[in-house]
Amino acid sequence: MSSDARTTPAAATRTDIACSHCGLAVPAGLVDRGASEQFCCEGCRTAYAVIHSCGLDRYYALRERLEDREDRAPARSTRARYTEFDDPAFAELYCRPAAPDAAPGRGLWSCELFLQGVHCAACVWLVERLPRVCDGVVESRLDLRRGMVRIVWDAGRVHLSRVARALDSLGYPPHPARDASDRDLRRREDRRQLVRVGVAGACAGNVMLLGLALYAGLFDAMEPAYAALFRWASMGVSLVALAWPGSVFFRSAWAALRTRTMHLDVPIALALGTGGVWGVVNTVRGAGEIYFDSLSVLVFLLLVGRFIQHRQQRRSADAVEMLFSLTPTSALLVEDDPDGGPGSTREVSIQSLRAGQTVEVRAGASVPVDGVVVAGLSQVDQSLLTGESRAVTVETGDRVAAGTVNLAATIRVRVEATGAQTRIGRLMALVQESLGRRAPIVRLADRIAGWFLAGMLGLAALTLGLWLALDPANPSLAVDHAVALLVVTCPCALGLATPLALTVSIGRAARRGILIKGGGVLQALASPGTIVLDKTGTLTVGRMRVVRTRLNGETRAAVCAIERHSTHPIARAIVEAFACPAWAEATDVSHTLGGGMEGTVRGRRLAVGSPAFIASRIGGLSDADARAVGELTGAGLTPVLVAESGRVVGSVGLGDPLRPDSAGAVADLRARGWEPLVLSGDHDAVVGAAASDLGLPRASARGSATPEDKVSVVRDLASRGGTVVMVGDGVNDAAALAAATVGIAVHGGAEASLAAADVYLSRPGLSPVLELNDGARRTMRTIKACLGASLCYNLAAASLCVAGLISPLIAAVVMPASSLTVLTLCVRSGAFRGRRVS
Amino acid sequence: MSILFFIVPLAFVLAGGAVAAFIWAVRQGQFDDLDTPAHRMVVDDDT
Repeated sequence: MSSDARTTPAAATRTDIACSHCGLAVPAGLVDRGASEQFCCEGCRTAYAVIHSCGLDRYYALRERLEDREDRAPARSTRARYTEFDDPAFAELYCRPAAPDAAPGRGLWSCELFLQGVHCAACVWLVERLPRVCDGVVESRLDLRRGMVRIVWDAGRVHLSRVARALDSLGYPPHPARDASDRDLRRREDRRQLVRVGVAGACAGNVMLLGLALYAGLFDAMEPAYAALFRWASMGVSLVALAWPGSVFFRSAWAALRTRTMHLDVPIALALGTGGVWGVVNTVRGAGEIYFDSLSVLVFLLLVGRFIQHRQQRRSADAVEMLFSLTPTSALLVEDDPDGGPGSTREVSIQSLRAGQTVEVRAGASVPVDGVVVAGLSQVDQSLLTGESRAVTVETGDRVAAGTVNLAATIRVRVEATGAQTRIGRLMALVQESLGRRAPIVRLADRIAGWFLAGMLGLAALTLGLWLALDPANPSLAVDHAVALLVVTCPCALGLATPLALTVSIGRAARRGILIKGGGVLQALASPGTIVLDKTGTLTVGRMRVVRTRLNGETRAAVCAIERHSTHPIARAIVEAFACPAWAEATDVSHTLGGGMEGTVRGRRLAVGSPAFIASRIGGLSDADARAVGELTGAGLTPVLVAESGRVVGSVGLGDPLRPDSAGAVADLRARGWEPLVLSGDHDAVVGAAASDLGLPRASARGSATPEDKVSVVRDLASRGGTVVMVGDGVNDAAALAAATVGIAVHGGAEASLAAADVYLSRPGLSPVLELNDGARRTMRTIKACLGASLCYNLAAASLCVAGLISPLIAAVVMPASSLTVLTLCVRSGAFRGRRVS
Repeated sequence: MSILFFIVPLAFVLAGGAVAAFIWAVRQGQFDDLDTPAHRMVVDDDT
């Protein structure tokens, strides 16, 4: 809805005058001659007035100074009421008491809200001045990166809805951030990880200092008492490192063993365990080597790698979650009127709606519930649910589903189902089920972990046997060498390689508008398979456009002048396509809902509308006209006819054309070995036409697919083995996205598809998919190079061990060297770098 | 050099103090948001 509000003024003539609030050009019709401030819309005027009246003008000066030069205009006020924010159900989900004496309706409460439109330091300044704008707000802290503000307010003095309206009036419409308890949980996990890294770092640093003293003692003799002191001290600190931060490896290895799977943590835990135990034995014994310095550094480095990876994935997930919270949470409930009149409306939260109640849905808003239309005549866009891009006319008695968008006029709907009982709710359940059934992607490093473990154990046994045979009198020397082997071959670099390479790639991809939720995705995308493409919104723009026109120039202008009086998507598409000259002004304009429009331009009386509407106006269509209409519908287009004085003078065909880059991208994908398949809920004819435009055989395109069909096709492909990538945007694709090996949700996608997908593309079109494929291949190449390098180091170190030539000092040098090699390889990797694929 | 028997444990006590301070800071949420304070500092001058 908000994007529609922004595109509408774009269609009108623009001027060079910049809006005083957002800096965008002001449409000609809104220029206020003589005023010192100019505004491009009501929202900006409201925001400016509030900021000015609260003495916060410094915001504009700050923005001037600080704004990054990227093209990001501040959001405008929407002037919604936000009454659902005061609902007890809302408070339970999103709010937390901030003081011990807080109770519903009094005391200090806190809430985290996602703000639309924050983008720079000036926004931080403005949002954190909220206590000045809204009485009763105690504190307001903004997290700029996540766009999340934490509000603490006195519930006895102000309602949260009032606070929300204040934020909105500043130009930052607030949205409830999903589920507070879930976020608390995540935050605690983040902090726990950070503590582990910190403790491991402190331990590693201290043990290294002690180790330095011991190594110095190797060359100059050290008194045994001091040597013992340092050995016992390093043992104490290392045991802390192994038992506290290092416990994650033991736990994870134990879990892997219990489920009989292989995980890289198994060889790591083996090395840490045997190294630690033998170190303790040698310390107590007062003879033999100890490897405590290497072990502590190992724990630290591995945890750092994991921490970085976790943080990067969290960032991408956060960014997706922001988009999540932009869905409406309120509905307009029609109150029963005792006099039997039309009844007034009240904004309520969706959770509080019950079956049998009536809600009002205004033009441009999405339908909040499944129900039956009880009043009004309009058209709804069901593309979210069905993928069908043509609008459907609904009138009293027709069913509408939650999630569809009301296009033309206000309707009233009697509620039949809400939440999980709606069609969309059931689809979400299907999504959950598919996510649960998804086969886990086995990471490359885990796959070689088994071989690695076998190699380590074999070599250790070999070393032990060899040295027992060579020197039977000294069994502890043999054990020393075997343990040394286990420690130096510990797959530290191996454990670092995958997280680091993935993190570098995920971070770089995010900067290019490709948000990747998990690392396994990149591995799956590196080798080609089947790629299932949704049509509407993915291959196409997802909006009506004028595709064919048969009108002369002057009629064209006249049609445009008439259609300018409507907000219907067809009218908008026509206005967008035909430039309206200044002379064209329509008078006597009348609408017929679900039919068309009539109007007079320069004395010509024109009718514009559907074939049925035109036929009713001129008393039947001629054969030639009917043929023209048939031609348009045959090509998958929506026909609009223009009639003047009893005969048809022209026609317009509207459709949802392919994006200009789609054909090229599909050809590129095929060249890379992927097999594309177009799967759409749209009519078979439309899908077939799209496939031939893309240069695909007819067999690679299937139309009229229900969401359930899509899931079964994807599951079928997946069961045949190989990678199945699903690219889609709507709720109708969500379950299929979840069922695929990798689900990719494209720009502008619905909430459900974001939840189900592994990747979200914040740029339109298919070219990011190509980039993703390229980046994935390069990432896998980097990971393989890293694995190769670390295996070489391990092999070299292992041969030294078998020969009994290794000492703790050499181990302490070899291990960081291999980690540094891996680090350099990852940072120098070419994944998601260089020119964008266009 | 027997001072080492005193100094090494003392060093551990100091290091332990630093680690405890770090854990306290993490639990206070001081590492939750590392970006905004930098911006806040630039614009904060009237509070």
